[in-house]
Amino acid sequence: MNYKMMGRLNAMIFGALCGFMLPSFILCLCDKDGQAALAFGISIALTGVLALILAILCRGASVKFYAREGLICVGICWLGMSLLGALPFRLSGCFDSYIDALFEIASGFSTTGASVLSDVECLPRGILFWRSFSHWVGGMGVLIFLLAIVPISGKNQGFTLHLMRAESPGPDVGKLVPKMRSTAAILYICYLVLTVLNVVFLLIGGMSFFEALCTAFGTAGTGGFGLKNDSIGGYSPYIQVVTTVFMLLFGVNFSCYFLIAFGKFRAVLKDEELRAYGIIVLGSTLAIALRNLFGAGAVYGTFGESLRHAAFQVGSIMTTTGFSTADFDLWPTFSKAILALLMLIGASAGSTGGGFKVSRFLLILKGARRNLSRVLHPDRVKSIRLCGKPVDEKVLSNTNGYLAAYLAILIVSFLIVSFDRAVSDMTTSMTACIACFNNIGPGFSGVGPTRNFGDFSVVSKLVLIFDMLAGRLEIFPMLVLLSPAAWRRA
Amino acid sequence: MKILIAGIGKVGKTLVEQFAEEGYDLTVLDTNKEALERIVEICDVITVNGNCASMEVLTEAEVGKADLLIAATGSDEINLLCCAAAHSLCPTLNTIARIRNPEYSKQVYRMRDVFSLSMIFNPERQAAAEIDRLLHYPGFLKRESFAKGRMEIAELKVEEGSKLANASLTEIGSLLDCKILVCAVLRAGTCITPAGDFVLKAGDRIFVTATANDLSALLKNLGVVHRKVRSAMVIGGGLGGYYLAESLLEHGIHVKLVERDAERCRELSALLPKADIIYGDGTSQKVLDAEGLRDCDALVALTGNDETNILISLYGKSYGVPQIITNLGRVEDMNIIDTLPLGCVVSPRKLCCNTIVRYARAIHHKTGAAIAVHSIADGQAEAIEFVVDMNTKHFGEPLKNIRLKPNIRIAGINRADKTEIAGGDSIFGEGDTVVLVTSRDEVLLELNDIFAD
Repeated sequence: MNYKMMGRLNAMIFGALCGFMLPSFILCLCDKDGQAALAFGISIALTGVLALILAILCRGASVKFYAREGLICVGICWLGMSLLGALPFRLSGCFDSYIDALFEIASGFSTTGASVLSDVECLPRGILFWRSFSHWVGGMGVLIFLLAIVPISGKNQGFTLHLMRAESPGPDVGKLVPKMRSTAAILYICYLVLTVLNVVFLLIGGMSFFEALCTAFGTAGTGGFGLKNDSIGGYSPYIQVVTTVFMLLFGVNFSCYFLIAFGKFRAVLKDEELRAYGIIVLGSTLAIALRNLFGAGAVYGTFGESLRHAAFQVGSIMTTTGFSTADFDLWPTFSKAILALLMLIGASAGSTGGGFKVSRFLLILKGARRNLSRVLHPDRVKSIRLCGKPVDEKVLSNTNGYLAAYLAILIVSFLIVSFDRAVSDMTTSMTACIACFNNIGPGFSGVGPTRNFGDFSVVSKLVLIFDMLAGRLEIFPMLVLLSPAAWRRA
Repeated sequence: MKILIAGIGKVGKTLVEQFAEEGYDLTVLDTNKEALERIVEICDVITVNGNCASMEVLTEAEVGKADLLIAATGSDEINLLCCAAAHSLCPTLNTIARIRNPEYSKQVYRMRDVFSLSMIFNPERQAAAEIDRLLHYPGFLKRESFAKGRMEIAELKVEEGSKLANASLTEIGSLLDCKILVCAVLRAGTCITPAGDFVLKAGDRIFVTATANDLSALLKNLGVVHRKVRSAMVIGGGLGGYYLAESLLEHGIHVKLVERDAERCRELSALLPKADIIYGDGTSQKVLDAEGLRDCDALVALTGNDETNILISLYGKSYGVPQIITNLGRVEDMNIIDTLPLGCVVSPRKLCCNTIVRYARAIHHKTGAAIAVHSIADGQAEAIEFVVDMNTKHFGEPLKNIRLKPNIRIAGINRADKTEIAGGDSIFGEGDTVVLVTSRDEVLLELNDIFAD
C-alpha cells in the first residue's frame, strides 16, 4: 500500500480546504463578525498546519497508485475534510456540539442538505456561506478539482484514474479526453459555467448577490442548504422556476454538456439515461400535479400553481437536492408515494446528484427482463444494451453488487436509527436513512421538509453521517475503510 | 499533439508508456478489451475498443484531430489497412506502420509511397542490424552513434581487476591515453550522472562518449581482445534470426542457425542457402555441443522466449564463447538482469521505440528539435542530439561558464569539420549539434531546456 502518496493527496486536499474556507473568513471580516472570523481563522490555521505536516512527512512518494489505494484514499480524504470542515461551525458557537457540526458539514460536502438546525436565518453570513459553499465543493468532488489544477503524479497521470473512479458517481466512469487533467478541467468548467448562469438568472429575479450565490451553490451541488427556514418557498415563482430548471440541469450527466459544447447533439439525444431521466421527471410531475389538483385532499386551486410546486418538488427530490417550496409531507399519499420512489432512483450518473442513479436503475431493469426471458428461452444468448452499445457483463455484475451493498447499508442504518428515542414512527426512521443515504435531505413525517435532524441521538447522527458520505462516494470508498483486509499489508 | 496508437502488444505498450510520460494526448485502439482496461489503469490515455482498420472505429477515436498514427498490431496487413483508412479520413495525418514480414522487406519503400506512410518500422530487422554492428565491434555492450556515426556513446562494464576499477574520472584520460568522457554510470540499478571526482568500482556499467577512433584506442588500452568474429551461432530462426543470418552472411560471417521447428528449418534453408540450418532444440546441451559451440566466436540467443535466451547465454558463457548477445523482449528492465553475465542485451522493441519517439518529437517541435534520441542505462537516462540554432541561448560561451540543470551532461559537440568531446573550454555555435546525456525525469524537448537559467 502506498501510504506516502495517500498522505500527500490528503495534504493537498487539506491545502485546498484552507483555500475553500478563505471566502467565508473574508466575509466574516467584512461583516465585522469577530467570533465567526476567529473560528474560521483558527480552522484555516489548523488545517494549514496539518497539511504542511503531512506534506513534509510524505515527501518523495512514489506515484504508483492502484484501485485499492484510490478507494481508501478517497474515503479518508472525505472523512478528514468533514472532520476539519466542521471546526468553524463548532468554534463559532452556532452549533451545540461537535457531532452536530460534523453532521452539518458532512451533509454539506455530501450535498445532502439535511440540517440539525431549526432556525438558519439567525446564523452569521460567513457560516451560511460556508454551509452553501460546501455543497459546491462536494458536488463535483474535491479530488477532481485537484486533478484539474495540480499534476498529482508527474507527467503521467495514468494512476489518477483510480481517484476519479472512486470519487465520481456512476457505474462506468471514463474519461472524456485522453488526458485526465483536461477531463477534470472540462468537468469543472461545465460546472462553473452552469453555476454562473444560475447566479445570473437568480440576480435577474431580484435576489441579492449573496443570496443568489448561496442558492446557486446549493442548486449546483444538488445540496439543498437554503438561507431561509422555509427553503425556497418564500421566494417569487420566477426564482422557484429558475431553481427547478437548474436543479434538473445539474442532475444530468456532465458528459452530455461536453458533447453539446462540441455540437454532438445527436449523441446527446441518443443517451438512454437522459431520456429515462426526462421521462421519469415529466411523468412524475404530471401525476403529482394532477393528484394535488383533484380528488380528496387536493392542496392547490389552479393547475399552474399545482404544476409549479409539483415540478419543483420532483426536481428537488429526483436530483437529490432537497430544496422545497411546499411542505410536501401534507400532500396526498399518492403524491408522497411518487416522491418516495423518486428518492430511491436518484439523479443521473456523472452528475452532481446522489442516489442509486438512473443508469443503474435501467441496468437492473434490463437485467431483470433478460432473466425473465431466460426462463422462457433457456438457451438464448442476449447481451444487454445501453445507448445501443452492449454493456460489459462485468458492469452488470458490479451493478448487482452495488444494489446488494446499497440495500445492506440501508437496512442496517434503518435498524440502528429505529432504536432512537427521538424517532416516533417507522416513516421517520426509514425516510431519515433514505434521505441521508441518497443525499436528498428532507424525508417524510419527523424529518419532513419543515423539520430537522437536531433531536436524533449521537449514535443515529454518526450512522447518518456515515450514510451521507457513503451515499456521495457510492458506498465502496467508505465501506473499505471498515474492512480490515484493506489495511493489511500486501 | 494527439497520437493514435493501434495495437498494444509489446511495442505498443512501450510506446504508450513513453508518450504518456512526455505528455501527449493518447488514444489507444485494440480489439482486446482487457488489455485496454489494463493500460488505462497505468497510463493517462483514452481507449477505443475495436478493429483499428475500420473507419467507424477510427472516427470514434477522432482520427481527424490526430497528428500521428502508429499501427503496431500483430498483422502487417491490418497495419497497412489501418494507415490507409486513417489517411483517407485525415489527409494531413502522419502514419507509421510496423511491417515485419521478410517477404515485404524488399518493397517497403514502394509501400511507403503507395500507402503514404511517413515511416515503416521493423523491430526484428532493426535488432538484427544492431546485433550485426555489435559483432563487428566486440568489447562493448552497446553502441549508439550520433552525428552520422562520427561520435558514439558506448556502454562497457568495469570488470574486476580492470584499469578502470577504483579510478576517478579525472584520472582515466591519462590512465588510458585517450580522450573519453564518462557521461553516465549505472551502479546497482540506479543511474548516476558523475562528477569529476567520481570513483568507478568493479561491476559498474559505464557509458562513455568518444570519437570512433578513440573508442578503438580505449579497447586496446583496456586490454580487451579485439578478435574478429568469423563464425556465429544463432539460436532461434524466427524473423529476427532470419534477418540477422542474412546480414551476417552478407558480411562474410559463417552462420549456424538453430531452429526447433522442422517446417521452419526447411523454409530457412530455402531462403538462406549459405547458412547451416540446424534442426534441433537450442536449449539442449547436446545439440549445442554437437554443432561445435566451443569453436564459435559468437553466440546470439534470439528465440522468442526471454527465459530461454537467458539460459542459452549463461550456458554459452560457461563454455567461454568470446562474444555473447542476448535478445530480451520483455524482462530487460528487471534489475537482476544486470547481475547475470549475459553479454550484450538487445531489445527489439526498445530500439524501434527510440526511433518512433524521435520521429514524434521531431514533428512536434519543428525547430530546435532533437535529431537523435537514444534511451540508455536501462531506460533511466537518455542521450539526445540537438541542433544549435539562432534561438539557442549561450552559444559562443565556454561550457565551464554555463550553468546546466542538475543531472545533465554535455557529452560532445559536432561541427561540420570535426567532432569534439566536451571539455570546459568547448563552445558550441550555430549549426553545430550537441549530444547530451540526461538522467532527469522530465523530458527535454529542446536544447534551451537544459540551461539552469
